[in-house]
Amino acid sequence: MSMSTQKLDAKSLSPMGIVYKRLTRNKLALIALFIMILLSTTAIIAPLLTPYDRDQIDMANSYQKPSSEHWLGTDDLGRDTFTRLVYGGRVSLSVGLVSTAISLIIGVFLGAIAGYSGGWVDNLIMRIVDVFMCFPFFVIAIAIAAVLGPSIYNVMFISGILSWTKICRIVRAEVMSIKGREFIEAAISLGLESREIIVKHILPNILAPIIVYATLGIAVGILSEAGLSFLGLGVKQPQPSWGNMLAAAQSLRSLRLHWWLWIPPGMMVLITILSINILGDGLRDAFDPKLKR
Amino acid sequence: MKNYVIRRILLMIPVMIGISIIVFSLIHMMPGNPYAYLIESDARAEDVESMLQAIGYYDPLPVQYVKWVGGLMQGNLGYSIKFKEPISDMIGRRIGNTLLLSGVALLLSILVAIPLGVISATRQYSVFDYVATIIAFIGLSIPAFFFALLLVKFFAIDLKLFPISGMETLASGYTGMKKFLDLAYHLALPVIVLSFIQMASFMRYTRTALLEVIQQDYIRTARAKGVNERIVIYKHALRNAMIPVVTIISLSLGQLISGAVLTETIFVWPGMGTLIFQAVMNRDYPVIMDATMVLAFMILMANLFADIMYALVDPRIRYK
Repeated sequence: MSMSTQKLDAKSLSPMGIVYKRLTRNKLALIALFIMILLSTTAIIAPLLTPYDRDQIDMANSYQKPSSEHWLGTDDLGRDTFTRLVYGGRVSLSVGLVSTAISLIIGVFLGAIAGYSGGWVDNLIMRIVDVFMCFPFFVIAIAIAAVLGPSIYNVMFISGILSWTKICRIVRAEVMSIKGREFIEAAISLGLESREIIVKHILPNILAPIIVYATLGIAVGILSEAGLSFLGLGVKQPQPSWGNMLAAAQSLRSLRLHWWLWIPPGMMVLITILSINILGDGLRDAFDPKLKR
Repeated sequence: MKNYVIRRILLMIPVMIGISIIVFSLIHMMPGNPYAYLIESDARAEDVESMLQAIGYYDPLPVQYVKWVGGLMQGNLGYSIKFKEPISDMIGRRIGNTLLLSGVALLLSILVAIPLGVISATRQYSVFDYVATIIAFIGLSIPAFFFALLLVKFFAIDLKLFPISGMETLASGYTGMKKFLDLAYHLALPVIVLSFIQMASFMRYTRTALLEVIQQDYIRTARAKGVNERIVIYKHALRNAMIPVVTIISLSLGQLISGAVLTETIFVWPGMGTLIFQAVMNRDYPVIMDATMVLAFMILMANLFADIMYALVDPRIRYK
């Protein structure tokens, strides 16, 4: 990766093109991207991948070991574990996406307002951020889950509402640093409204950290789904999720004897979060070459 | 410096009020009558009414809030509904266990992570660096409870090297050294879980910070003067590289405490985490509220400590 070729490319490529080019040079990030695409595809086409029904109970065949018939064995109700694993991916990935969307909306909105207005508005919003940052995540998550009851939508809500502080702080800092630039002064003197300035002129300039955060945020969502469902406060049976499949390990008997019930969903969570973290790291490097050494 | 600390402490007050309001409203949104446990099934309706009246169940919410916060300020935490025991006793018995678990885990992760980060940075792009980076990424990505389950499965159930759960061998009557060793034996697995997860981020930060410092001019000067490479790294570079690392370590104290919740639940470690989880399961509202407040306060103090440490190691911050 010589400097001269990079300079030549920079002349002919759009900013996004440069990012794309840098990202494709990062082998590890590409593998991670490939795994994410693969996982999303399997989640979408889940019914095509398995001959079994998601909730098909077959008591005669409970706790079957993995075999050519049941690739990952069966659970306590004789349901096919592989089938539930693939369908569980739908739940876990969508919790990750939706909760990230919620935290993005809150975080970007409040962060932009705080950074742009300054003064007491900024102070107030930052104190709210402090309040949320002092919450022990799982403790509050458990308490909210106990209020709302276990369901997939509540998990999305809980994870979203508890994890917007980071992006809020990032957006605030970025907005503050851009606010003083000449092109914003120009926009103000042209008489543009604050909303227009923020949405059209500031946000497009801070897209990079927002994209990186959004990528990493999906991991937070998946992790909290897994944790809450494991405790029985998340996604409810019979709908499968990686978290509530892991809950099988709550029983000492299954922990000891039926590894196929809980190790595969745990590994799926690990692989997904690992890929997201590596991809997020790669994106950060691609967006900001100054950080790359 | 003094002004800075005072300002930071004053800023904590509105935050604490905010936390208490949210925790209070959250608990009061919980469904069901928490006092159902207390009431005998053959109690007369009037008795139930008068008892609820006496407890203050029918007070307006703001009154209940003020009563609760007033009690907290005087160290009067009220009683557990389920166990009919003063909450301060319950928390007092467990908070030490949580601090022990997270303290040992923090110490271990610092002792391992910083040397590994230094080696990783000084041998950037070596095999060691790649392996360490991959392990760090796994540490950052593995759900703590899944890692805990794997350890229990392999080291406690299959190999029988460590106990599955708890804090001491029950009814063993160990004293002195034996008791200490028994405790260490029970601590091993939960500490491994918590420290592995912390280690990953400390190691990455040490590596990044050191790489940044090594590129600076004063390091080149030191090398040009012929200073031993070892001294350059450990005496000149590491000292400055530690500034962000100290901040990250202090900031992770809060994370460590709240991360201990799930880990404690799995190992049935008798700490704050299991206390809160059981309280949620029992709908023991006063316990949930108080224990959450105590944890939040601990996190707030940890953040204050982080800011003070940051200002101490980096004088530039104070003049912001």
